[in-house]
Amino acid sequence: MSNQGPKTLFDKIWSEHLVGQREDGTSLLYIDRHLVHEVTSPQAFEGLKISNRPVHRPEATIAVADHNVPTINRQNIEDPQSKIQVETLAKNTKEHGIQYFDLMDQRQGIVHIIGPEQGITQPGMTIVCGDSHTSTHGAFGALAFGIGTSEVEHVLATQTIVQNPAKNMRISVNGDLPFGVNSKDLILYIIGKIGTAGGTGHVIEYAGSSIMGLSMEGRMTICNMSIEAGARAGLISPDQTTFNYIQGRPYAPGADHWDQAVEYWSSLPSDNDANYDHEIVIDSSEIDPMVTWGTSPEDVVSVKGLVPNPSSAQTENKKKSIERSLEYMGLKPGTKITDIKLDKIFIGSCTNGRIEDLRKVASIVKDKKIASHVQAMIVPGSGLVKKQAEEEGIDIILKDAGFEWREAGCSMCLGMNPDQLKPGERCASTSNRNFEGRQGRGGRTHLMSPELAAASAITGNISDIRDFT
Amino acid sequence: MDKFNSLKGIAAPLPIVNIDTDMIIPKQFLKTIKRTGLGVSLFYEMRYDSDGNLIKDFVLNTSPFDQSKILVAGDNFGCGSSREHAPWSLKDFGIKCVISTSFADIFYNNCFQNGILPIVVSPEQLDQLMTAATNQIEFSIDLPEQTVKAGNHSINFEIEEFRKDRLLQGLDDIGITLGYKDKISAYEEEKKNKKPWLFKDN
Repeated sequence: MSNQGPKTLFDKIWSEHLVGQREDGTSLLYIDRHLVHEVTSPQAFEGLKISNRPVHRPEATIAVADHNVPTINRQNIEDPQSKIQVETLAKNTKEHGIQYFDLMDQRQGIVHIIGPEQGITQPGMTIVCGDSHTSTHGAFGALAFGIGTSEVEHVLATQTIVQNPAKNMRISVNGDLPFGVNSKDLILYIIGKIGTAGGTGHVIEYAGSSIMGLSMEGRMTICNMSIEAGARAGLISPDQTTFNYIQGRPYAPGADHWDQAVEYWSSLPSDNDANYDHEIVIDSSEIDPMVTWGTSPEDVVSVKGLVPNPSSAQTENKKKSIERSLEYMGLKPGTKITDIKLDKIFIGSCTNGRIEDLRKVASIVKDKKIASHVQAMIVPGSGLVKKQAEEEGIDIILKDAGFEWREAGCSMCLGMNPDQLKPGERCASTSNRNFEGRQGRGGRTHLMSPELAAASAITGNISDIRDFT
Repeated sequence: MDKFNSLKGIAAPLPIVNIDTDMIIPKQFLKTIKRTGLGVSLFYEMRYDSDGNLIKDFVLNTSPFDQSKILVAGDNFGCGSSREHAPWSLKDFGIKCVISTSFADIFYNNCFQNGILPIVVSPEQLDQLMTAATNQIEFSIDLPEQTVKAGNHSINFEIEEFRKDRLLQGLDDIGITLGYKDKISAYEEEKKNKKPWLFKDN
């Protein structure tokens, strides 16, 4: 990468964090903030212990337990393995002087919800975490990506990561979003268009008036699912919406440095004539509310569409893949998406577990009841989201409609805790992955927006929010 | 870290695209605080029925593929989560090399941390190797030469030089980086002045 000439947002963050080149030709990139959770960190701390290495800068790391935690009766974790994992995190963080939000702390929640919520996530930073949805933080114009446990150990020991620059891809979405279409539909549409490997090797910068018109919550939903398009990181230019969101949060720059920080952040957006390896332009008027029908996030279709027919696939591999998905999902080709009957509704996750998502759901289900054959669960992304919702009376609206109101955590997005689908159960989920077995062995996941999931909870079928009054 | 140089053996064919990390190692096995012991749970839901009995026709449950050190798989192998449990479980099962047309970035990186060689080939080459694997033809993989041989097929593959060296020598990555400790400290000193809000240490 040249230091001369116009730069992308990614190029600017990259060069600002370059510590140097190693002799093997790789780059050493400085990491500003490291987020740690219970599932991917124990082996990293163990590695440090075996090699007798200290944590280089404990104060740049924040830890929380989220993947494994129960969403009810959490004073006592029943699963002995989960309990050990959570206790191990508490012990490791204490030993190394790392800030840890424990289960009884109101600030506890999904790691990618609490980073922004606490003001830890800021423009121009490099942020890593042993979790692929670290891409979420890119919504602030931070270079944020998921890493494996060996890399977690590397970051703990050195505050750097060994990296080679990614390629730049820009996806511009222009125009006002049509009625009923929001950020989740937008990102599902993008994944359907470029495929789950479409962004491999790239950082995706999202731009255009539809993107810049989104709230921070909406932007986080977009960047969160960059990994489902194969990109380790997503990025959105920081602007006044970003600065307003950050100001006053506990870990945000204080008054003494605020102006200086904003001045720096304002220099980050990509230069006008910056060069991208790939460019995709989308007109938002072509986007409908989207739903997945298969077992990969690229298996998306308009809620008004039909389950696809394998015989229409362009390659033999694709045909086989559709057949396999349909068999797993228990769906027949040509079925109307809105004829698909549901068993469960899951609202939550680092994709859609923020206060704005909960408000939308509440506005749709207010004074209504969920269908008698469905079970619906809502899991706030953090203790503070839960508290805020309760202050606004959202919990009452949801409970009156028949939703279960839970404690914060990753919950049924990945079903590491007791919240799981049973074999054959079909779920409308606001999470990010519809992989085979993801939400429970044999469970069938349809990804969609909180609005669609809320409407679907009431009717008991996958429903189009635009038909719902 | 484990070294990789060359490898000979039967390769297991797994002609499925988008094999994700949840398929490689489902979530219930991520509760461990160890790196080892995951091989028995590799591809759990494809390998065992809901009662925990072996599914006899799954490739890794059939001889001779149950001894495979090499896996030939469909496009975009290892997509999904960052869990290093995926390469840990492959390694613990005995698989030291995966061949596909493409790999997800995080999984690809994680392989090199664990002495596993991921090899990228073209779609046509993958078809040839998938057939060779199905026919139980012996594979021969040579990292220094960057070749995969199976029967009449001889394929050259690309790999970044630093990754190749790391596998050949089994280098300790953290040890190497700690050799640059002065540079890291100098970087931190410079940024403390330039961006003080980043060092207002919690």
